[in-house]
Amino acid sequence: MAKESTLKNMVVTLTLITLIASSVLGVIYAITKGPIDAAQTAKINSAISKVVPEFDNDPSADKFQKELDGKSYIVYPAKKGSDIVGYAVESFSTGGFGGRIVIMVGFNADGTINNTAVLSHAETPGLGDKMIEGKSNFSVQFKGKNPDDYKLLVKKDGGDVDAITASTITSRAFCDAVTSAWEVYKLCSADTGKKEVTNE
Amino acid sequence: MEYILIIISAVFVNNILLSQFLGVCPFLGVSNKVSTAAGMAGAVTFVMAVATLATYMIQYFVLVPLGIEFMQTIAFILVIAGLVQMVEIILKKVSPSLYQALGIYLPLITTNCAVLGVAIIVVSKEFAFGGDPHMLNLAQSVVFAIANALGFGLAMILFAGLREQLELANVPKEFKGMPIALITAGILALSFMGFAGLV
Amino acid sequence: MSKLGLITKGIIKENPTFVLLLGMCPTLGTTTSAINGMGMGLATMFVLILSNLAISAVANVIPGKVRIPSYIVIIAAFVTVLQFVMQAFTPGLYETLGLFIPLIVVNCIVLGRAEAFASKNGALDSALDGLGIGLGFTAALTVLGMVRELLGSASIFGLKLIEGDGILVFVLAPGAFIALGYLLVLFNKFKSKIS
Repeated sequence: MAKESTLKNMVVTLTLITLIASSVLGVIYAITKGPIDAAQTAKINSAISKVVPEFDNDPSADKFQKELDGKSYIVYPAKKGSDIVGYAVESFSTGGFGGRIVIMVGFNADGTINNTAVLSHAETPGLGDKMIEGKSNFSVQFKGKNPDDYKLLVKKDGGDVDAITASTITSRAFCDAVTSAWEVYKLCSADTGKKEVTNE
Repeated sequence: MEYILIIISAVFVNNILLSQFLGVCPFLGVSNKVSTAAGMAGAVTFVMAVATLATYMIQYFVLVPLGIEFMQTIAFILVIAGLVQMVEIILKKVSPSLYQALGIYLPLITTNCAVLGVAIIVVSKEFAFGGDPHMLNLAQSVVFAIANALGFGLAMILFAGLREQLELANVPKEFKGMPIALITAGILALSFMGFAGLV
Repeated sequence: MSKLGLITKGIIKENPTFVLLLGMCPTLGTTTSAINGMGMGLATMFVLILSNLAISAVANVIPGKVRIPSYIVIIAAFVTVLQFVMQAFTPGLYETLGLFIPLIVVNCIVLGRAEAFASKNGALDSALDGLGIGLGFTAALTVLGMVRELLGSASIFGLKLIEGDGILVFVLAPGAFIALGYLLVLFNKFKSKIS
């Protein structure tokens, strides 16, 4: 049966157990680190391929950063051959109900929104998380819209977006993130426009 | 200002018990009487504040510099368990009367998920109280922990008061005990939802 | 007790949720949909089986006074392993369940089985006990998740049954308490009928 509870025994047992547990964890951490990173990359990649038109480059390899209002955004250009067919912009809003919302917004070459994908959020399940495609029709309404003539505000605020029922805060934050993505997109397309001019 | 927002948000809007579901076991277990609920709430407030202080320092002065953040769960629960034990010993020596009041609740607190939950939340979540989101600093973390403990206490004591009344009520046989207590807790949570959007 | 009995007792007779009312935090916090409830149940089962197995193996060499801290370290180690595995292979579910995954450490069911069963029984029996209790927990969480999803989002396992929203309050906090309360009533009725 259990050993005697002398001080030495107790200290030795606890130290030993903690040591064994930590070293086992260290090993398992090293083993799973690869798959964890791969899962992260896979998530980004699948979001990219969901939001931009068909491409044949590796957007993750071509990614670059853009500054907007002091915040930095990551842009993944989608190319077919040497033509840019669209941009996926990793955008975020800090105004969500549960804090930060990170989304991927894809634009076609003509500036219309191709699709959106939610990367991470802390919204209420069953309410705010309806912004995820497939959970409601909320995200569908952005498809094919050009923010030049589509006001990215919920209808309550005088915009064109139907808010999620009982989740106006989430809907606002989502629109806010799409708007930032749109601004970043405009910076990018202005850049490529310039390049084309100088190339000629 | 930020501190006031932290307190209002933690006590009313995002009440740890009624909207986050942390610490439900003691909430249901020791809420038969207002006096025991108050005792538990007191003990939790004390431990939560000290535990958050300790785990915050462990996270930023030990785990992060060494690059072993993955040891967080083990390190935090060990700190909390050790701390509870220490509080028990110190309280017994320094203030026997306080020990008499809180002592019996102390062992239960190690497995109160509100304590570990708050310790993990303050080092993993960004907060935006009227400004840009940021990680809480040490002082804010401790205030956050105390505010959450107060929210815990408020919900505990309200619920205990309701349950004292329920004892006298004539409820159907199948509803007696836990079922009616849970449904009452649901209605209490519903009333706390009225605070949503306050912060 | 027979090996089969060890597994089945956790489902009805000693159901950790409906009979023993343990582990209430994840029960209420993660059951916003059937799939989330089931995921939480399976995650807890993973820890339960492994920690029961490990603790039954080392229980004899641990001095009585540091029994509980030792168990907690062992359980915390398995919870961290679970965090790694979920991050690598089910990142979506890991994000949804969030805080409740590390909080398995303080789930009274896990420590309770370690103390009440695994420390006194052999490795195989302890693992089976973990399996049985884990199954009972998973079943309870799945049922609660199904009820809340059906009422709150009008869908089941993500499958939309009726267009539009359900009774939103059931996916929110109050609905969790109320749904569990009524389920408990039904469970008690059912139990008294069969016995």
